[in-house]
Amino acid sequence: MSGARHLYVHLPFCAHRCGYCDFVTLVGRSEQHGGYVDALLAELRLERELLATEVETVFVGGGTPTFTEPHALARLLSSLPDAEEKTVEANPETVTPGLAALLQEQGVNRVSLGAQSFRPHLLATLERVAQPDTVRRAFYHLRDAGFDNISLDLIYGIPGQTASDLDADLDAALALGPEHLSCYELEAKPGTRFTHAHGAELALQADAMEMYFEVVVERLTGAGYRWYETANFCRAPSLPHGPDLRSQHNLAYWRGRDYLGVGIGAVSTIDGTRWTNTPRLAPYIAALGSGERPPREHEPLPDATRARERLMLGLRLDEPLELVGSSDAVDADALARMERLGLVRVRRSSSVGAHIALTPRGRLLGGGVTAELLA
Amino acid sequence: MPQDRIRNFSIIAHIDHGKSTLADRILELTHAVSQREMRDQVLDTMDLERERGITIKAQAVRVNWKGYQLNLIDTPGHVDFTYEVSRSLQACEGALLVVDAAQGTQAQTLANAYLAIENDLEIVPVVNKIDLPQADPSAAAAELADLIGDTPEHVLRISAKTGEGVEDVLDAIIGRVHAPAGDQVAPARALIFDSSYDQYRGVVAFVRVVDGTFSQREPLRAMAQGTRFEAEELGFFSPTMRSSGSLSAGEVGYVITGLKDVSKLRVGDTLTSERRSATEPLPGYKDVKPMVFAGLFPTDSDDYPELRDALERLKLNDAALFYEPETSQALGFGFRCGFLGLLHMEIVRERLEREFDLDLLVTAPNVAYRVQPPNGEWHEVHTPSDMPAEVEEVEEPYIKASIIVPKEYVGAVMELNNERRGRFDHLEYLSEDRVHLTYELPLAEIVLDYYDQLKSRTRGYASFDYDVIGFRPGKLVRVDILVGGEPVDALSLVLHRDSAYERGRALVERLREEIPRQMFDVPIQAAIGSRVIARETVKAKRKDVLAKCYGGDISRKRKLLERQKAGKKRMKQVGMVEVPQEAFLAVLNLSGERK
Repeated sequence: MSGARHLYVHLPFCAHRCGYCDFVTLVGRSEQHGGYVDALLAELRLERELLATEVETVFVGGGTPTFTEPHALARLLSSLPDAEEKTVEANPETVTPGLAALLQEQGVNRVSLGAQSFRPHLLATLERVAQPDTVRRAFYHLRDAGFDNISLDLIYGIPGQTASDLDADLDAALALGPEHLSCYELEAKPGTRFTHAHGAELALQADAMEMYFEVVVERLTGAGYRWYETANFCRAPSLPHGPDLRSQHNLAYWRGRDYLGVGIGAVSTIDGTRWTNTPRLAPYIAALGSGERPPREHEPLPDATRARERLMLGLRLDEPLELVGSSDAVDADALARMERLGLVRVRRSSSVGAHIALTPRGRLLGGGVTAELLA
Repeated sequence: MPQDRIRNFSIIAHIDHGKSTLADRILELTHAVSQREMRDQVLDTMDLERERGITIKAQAVRVNWKGYQLNLIDTPGHVDFTYEVSRSLQACEGALLVVDAAQGTQAQTLANAYLAIENDLEIVPVVNKIDLPQADPSAAAAELADLIGDTPEHVLRISAKTGEGVEDVLDAIIGRVHAPAGDQVAPARALIFDSSYDQYRGVVAFVRVVDGTFSQREPLRAMAQGTRFEAEELGFFSPTMRSSGSLSAGEVGYVITGLKDVSKLRVGDTLTSERRSATEPLPGYKDVKPMVFAGLFPTDSDDYPELRDALERLKLNDAALFYEPETSQALGFGFRCGFLGLLHMEIVRERLEREFDLDLLVTAPNVAYRVQPPNGEWHEVHTPSDMPAEVEEVEEPYIKASIIVPKEYVGAVMELNNERRGRFDHLEYLSEDRVHLTYELPLAEIVLDYYDQLKSRTRGYASFDYDVIGFRPGKLVRVDILVGGEPVDALSLVLHRDSAYERGRALVERLREEIPRQMFDVPIQAAIGSRVIARETVKAKRKDVLAKCYGGDISRKRKLLERQKAGKKRMKQVGMVEVPQEAFLAVLNLSGERK
């Protein structure tokens, strides 16, 4: 095996834990940032042989990576392998001209900015610190520092969000002209503080908000963005051989590639095994401090399981999925049914295997269609 | 025992009016059992009988009192078994009619009293529970005397609980009830008034010998059904099984037949000897037919074989239970079962769930219909979906309902009966406050929730009994429910033309709420033939996606979809539409709940 070409690095620290968040995050702890980065780098050294010599993408996610104490952050970024795409997630309130410059200096060439909304009352509901202008300022700081590949995260389906709120958010996002947009419907995950506070309200709004996904897709594709993944949009290149502005790192997940993840709670999938690091900071730092691997949970991924995952992930994309390896994963009756309903297109050819792709309506129902198609 | 020293009687009473307490007290008083043995022997008969390797409940107990042989014959306790009750009564010459001193006459008291009168029994009226503080023995005695055309002074007043007056009851049986009148030397005849099944000994018949004598090892024949067998053992219960070698005219006892099929020996049939056969059977044998039908489906289709075995075993002890395999595209494999009535259905369902640990889905019950298709023969239909779309004529079973209520609820009962296509028959004051109403109603109108409605509209005061009185023509139509254009067999209904539209619409609305949205619009229709009478649409989903999916949660999202797929596999498929079983359940329940 030539090794994974995609690296994920988890920086869990945040100034505040938003009510809806269910990621592995830690509030504050600035005195531990340095120690954690040491541990990260130790894990990376331990697993270096799992990575290919040429790494294609690095993604630093969180948490709020840009909340990490700047010296520690710089030390981490400078030690990461070179890659064609190097993304860092940032929260608007942390993006100063200084931080933008730091990222630029450390070879980061893509920033994913957690805007979420431009409506003050919705930002408040989400417990976001940033104000609409904070988001805009952060965006321009990044542009000024020379970033030409910026992604904005938006959340829709927020309790109290009206159709015109959604329009206003999309207008505001488009006005900034980001290269990339990720638009997620708010998930009220069981057990979160947010669900406790807003779950009932969300359930009541569910019918009214059912159209929001379609609105998002129509507005963004209408503005020239490519709906390349269920929740992701990128500017289509203006020239035939212009840059591919899809998130190359995330594309690797959706294409079923191997990846190494380091940090607490990070997941790796390599050579038919998936493992998840302990989500707890102390045992993670302690293990790596003594040269050991952190506590992990392992999950074997037999071929059949990988085939199912390739189907699930591949159908999120706008490119046809080749059925060669994953044909056993597909329920043939369901495929015929979905085709009859105009939700799936199947291209059969004798030379190469069959390709399947969801139709636009099929993509709006992608979760249900995929569940049907799974054998 | 000379025939003139024998007395055969039963106790008839409304539920909870003290029948079994009185029976226990009689056994105790006649020393059939000692007081200490009461608990061990009588109440716990199951254990005792198990020791003997036989699991038959005594249906008739023989006791001695002042030189007389008294046979106490048990009667089945509820409305669906009127025929069985009438056979038990036919085995007696007298009956104790027991009424609770606090509650007075109830519908079941009446029904059974009339049955006893029809069978020419000497009725010994008894007011029980006179020890209760709220007892009004005089009022109850007056009502009871009025009912049977006797004088209040003639009514015995007792407390089965304390034993007060029970000796008088035994004396009254000897003094007032006639001795059996059979011919000792005529060819042997015996009435089968009950039967039971034991896994080692086969069918055990409970009989009342009318003429002649039956002996052990004698070849016997059931006259109506023609079943032949040898009497393996004859005897009586006192209160445990005692073999006696023979049974003679006037006596009551059991016959162990060795037959392996309970339906070969039906209640009401006449036993005679093969060697010297009687020419005329005893009167009154009826082949009892089920009137109420419902589909029984295991909620887990893997339990089908268990359900089949359980029904087979129940049938051994319940000749009236009818079942045949039924396949529903909505509910899978199950059985269409026929019952004598609602209570019978409830008992069977409860036994299946409790004794056999089965989880059942029971479709809304329907009645038997007699149908004549154009240019076709009359035949019976037991499943609404079997009702031909075009019929010349349809007949449905009618009942005579007997209802007793405090007078302030008469209006409410009349209103209910009018809603249910009832025809008023008779109204009579039993006392100043209590009224006896009789109505003729289609059986179909009571099989769903009639009894619950009656109870709730009379605050629980009404008592109810009924008798099937035959088939009558009705303006009945089959209403089909179509989901996504496909008829759902389990939801077809036979309804009166006047209520078809309303009921069809209610069903369709309920289904719209219950069927989850699909990837396409799903029309739900109610139709009579090709005419749609109600329509709703389950709108297609506009969106069904997992918001995000990255390296950290691929496993979780995959498992989520796999679970979703597994859930889909459990759904019932109606054409292209996936319907959760719960939806059918909700709708089937609804058909019982009228607004």
